[in-house]
Amino acid sequence: MVTLKINGTEYTLDVESEMPLLWALRDELGLTGTKFGCGVASCGACTVQVNGNPVRSCVMPVSAVQGQEITTIEGLAESSLAQYEPGDLNAVQKAWIDHQVPQCGYCQSGMIMAVSSLLAANPNPSDAEIDASINNVCRCGSYPRVRKAIRAIANT
Amino acid sequence: MKISRRRFILSSAVVGGGLAIGYAATRPSDHRIANDTLAEGSARYLTSFLKIDPDNRVTVYVNHSEMGQGSHTALAMMAADELDAAWEQVRIEQAPATDLYAAGDMAIGFAGELGVPSFLMPLIETSAMKIAQIGNLQTTGGSASIRFTGQLGMRVAGAAAREMLIQCAAERWGVPADECTTALSYVHHNASGQSSSYGELADAAARLEPPEAPTLKERTQFNIMGRALSRVDIPAKVNGSAFYGLDYKTDDMLFAAIRLAPVFGTKLVSVDATEALKRRGVKKVIELEDSVAVVADNYWRAKEALKEVSAEFERSDNDSVSSADIAARFDEELTRSEGSKDFEAGDAEASITQASEIVEASYRVPYLAHAPMEPMNCTVHIQNGRADVWTSTQDPLAVRGRVASVAGLNERVVTHHPSYLGGGFGRRLPFNWNVIDHATRIAMQFSVPVKTVFSREDDMQQDYYRPAVTSNFKAGLDANGNILAWHNRYTGPIQTPGAAHIPYAVDHQSIRVVDGDTHVPIAAWRSVDHSQHTFFTESFIDELAHRAGTNPFQFRMELLHKHPRHQQVLQVAAEAAGYGRNLPEGRALGTAVQESFGSICAEIAEVSIGSDGKPVVHKVTAAIDCGWVVNPDTAKAQIESGVIFGLTAAMYGEITIKEGRVSQNNFSDYEMVRMATSPEIDVHLIESGASLGGLGEPATPPIAAAVTNAIYILTGQRIRELPLSKHSFRQNSTLANA
Repeated sequence: MVTLKINGTEYTLDVESEMPLLWALRDELGLTGTKFGCGVASCGACTVQVNGNPVRSCVMPVSAVQGQEITTIEGLAESSLAQYEPGDLNAVQKAWIDHQVPQCGYCQSGMIMAVSSLLAANPNPSDAEIDASINNVCRCGSYPRVRKAIRAIANT
Repeated sequence: MKISRRRFILSSAVVGGGLAIGYAATRPSDHRIANDTLAEGSARYLTSFLKIDPDNRVTVYVNHSEMGQGSHTALAMMAADELDAAWEQVRIEQAPATDLYAAGDMAIGFAGELGVPSFLMPLIETSAMKIAQIGNLQTTGGSASIRFTGQLGMRVAGAAAREMLIQCAAERWGVPADECTTALSYVHHNASGQSSSYGELADAAARLEPPEAPTLKERTQFNIMGRALSRVDIPAKVNGSAFYGLDYKTDDMLFAAIRLAPVFGTKLVSVDATEALKRRGVKKVIELEDSVAVVADNYWRAKEALKEVSAEFERSDNDSVSSADIAARFDEELTRSEGSKDFEAGDAEASITQASEIVEASYRVPYLAHAPMEPMNCTVHIQNGRADVWTSTQDPLAVRGRVASVAGLNERVVTHHPSYLGGGFGRRLPFNWNVIDHATRIAMQFSVPVKTVFSREDDMQQDYYRPAVTSNFKAGLDANGNILAWHNRYTGPIQTPGAAHIPYAVDHQSIRVVDGDTHVPIAAWRSVDHSQHTFFTESFIDELAHRAGTNPFQFRMELLHKHPRHQQVLQVAAEAAGYGRNLPEGRALGTAVQESFGSICAEIAEVSIGSDGKPVVHKVTAAIDCGWVVNPDTAKAQIESGVIFGLTAAMYGEITIKEGRVSQNNFSDYEMVRMATSPEIDVHLIESGASLGGLGEPATPPIAAAVTNAIYILTGQRIRELPLSKHSFRQNSTLANA
């Protein structure tokens, strides 16, 4: 048995301790907002936050995140807004709409989780800092808009 | 040349002249079927594409897939504008995968592009819907959604519905129809002061026959088209709620992981699954003709158990084939074979003998994988003599047909459930069936839904690839640097007619294609043959410009005197990029231009060589003439996307064959442009007023040559083989200011 705290709720799962968090989220809990892209921590589509830090869930065994605060895209707004109403979006999600960032959108859950972590730790990152910390793959090439949206948030 | 269905669908020979009406959009029978079989409650269909509720909500049924190109929004904008609907009350739904929503207008569009004589077009127009239904054509590809279905289908449907609503209101009020006006989902008659919402009129209007050739708006009358409206699919894509094929989930479903024959075309010989079957959650190990699959109650369990399966595949003649062998075979074929004619003008053989200088070059590109972010997957649920399918696809109707045929069911009992696509780029087109076939065969052994997932490694190694191609050039220059003759012979096949043709004024040309078939399966890959041929022709023309001692931009402009639209995109891109200005030390600008899918795109890349000897692309300036623009923001997004997709291929893209199989596994050895390597992109949309051109693909072709042409200026090295990651560069100061 593994107990995971996800988006503020505790779940007890009868899964192998080495099962990657990604597959516990998707196939056991039906939290499909977190995406499978590569399975080897290369592309970042599966990025979630553990205690606020970006983590690639496709290679993170559930045993390693027991008792930690796990946030997925479904719980991002609630975890980052002081006063949350259902349907609210956090600043990154809002900027993603304002700048029309997503195309196919498949990588964007991971991208938004990674950017939210970055901006929480460093509200005004330089281009080099953005490049160093956001290395998620977007096959549609939304990168120029990702940068523009980050800049817009940093300037507010 | 035999025209297969795929070639028909993706053909991009560019022929001028728009078609006046889209017959498929207003077929009276479709309008009736929609109302008889689909209308619920008091909602009514006006043509099969539009549904109007009593509360004045309009639903647009879009028969194309949304894979990031924004066409759901843009297509609905086209229908809503002609309808004079209030955009805030418009909803968009993916049309079901049924005959009613076959892409008949797309068939008409491609027939027009292929150059069907005008006297035959009425025949094509009346039969296009039938052709689309018989061929299960509901394809999203060929940059065709807006320019064909939008122009011939959505606009016509919107205009027809508007005329039906006006006619209905005029009869009700006893006033002439031409005195009625429409705005924001209302019909008005100003003289009598009467108004009625579309919702109030829809029930009566639906009893009318749709007009066959309704009047479309002039561009000056547009209220919705031409505006940078927000995409309707984006809100769901920022909170994790957007539904992709891979996201389908039920409590009782099972998951399959699969190992396919590593050498294309070989079969499974034997399997030992003893250990795998002992593992937790494993339900079954299934042997298929060319693969073995493990089915379990969680995808990770299936995948882990598959590692315990030992499988033997048959030997084949291709077991020793390598990329070097394929390249050598191409060289031999190009030497040995005259090939067949692609294009000829004048007398290229005789003219080259008059040349004062002959320039020869051989170019080469590798196989490329599509690698969409959503790994290939398909869930099939077969029960009670019917099947339900969830898969992200560029052709739901064709998937329905394919699953029916594999499962031995009638198409009418197969339902495809729509989803967004996590990228497509050609991977999810009809004929690239492997995941659909395997998922169906696996699910036939269960009565619960089974989701078959290709891992990233599976998809990398079991794709249908952009072909590897070799292209040889020989050109003759006269003493003044004019091109007397252009000889080009390349390995095929031709998937997009015209991709190797040049717009430049060269009187004598011989362009021929030789057999390039190998055991590696190929398919359309974003921009199809333009992806390789634009690199070839736009590099070689650059070589000739330097050989002639002329500035490559000027050289192109002079040879394009019969193509003012090409000249304009080049001019706009050059001015925006500051062509001719003093660049920062160690930087150069490279230029390329290509017409594809009805649009003309010029790109100028600003490049330097990094301290690691690798090229750095700082900025790309793109100018595209796509006739006119439906949504400027989604249009720009597609140009940005196309540039980065092409840049990834130019910088890193290479699928290599070793021992008959693909060597690459994942993004770790099939690298992508990421934030750190993504250039600034400045897009200029040119509205020449010509027929609508495509936007999803035309920005991909020019980027490779734009970058390598800049590298030549910087280093004196002419790159004739991609990707750039194979090369290392040193700056050559003597050429730095060329």
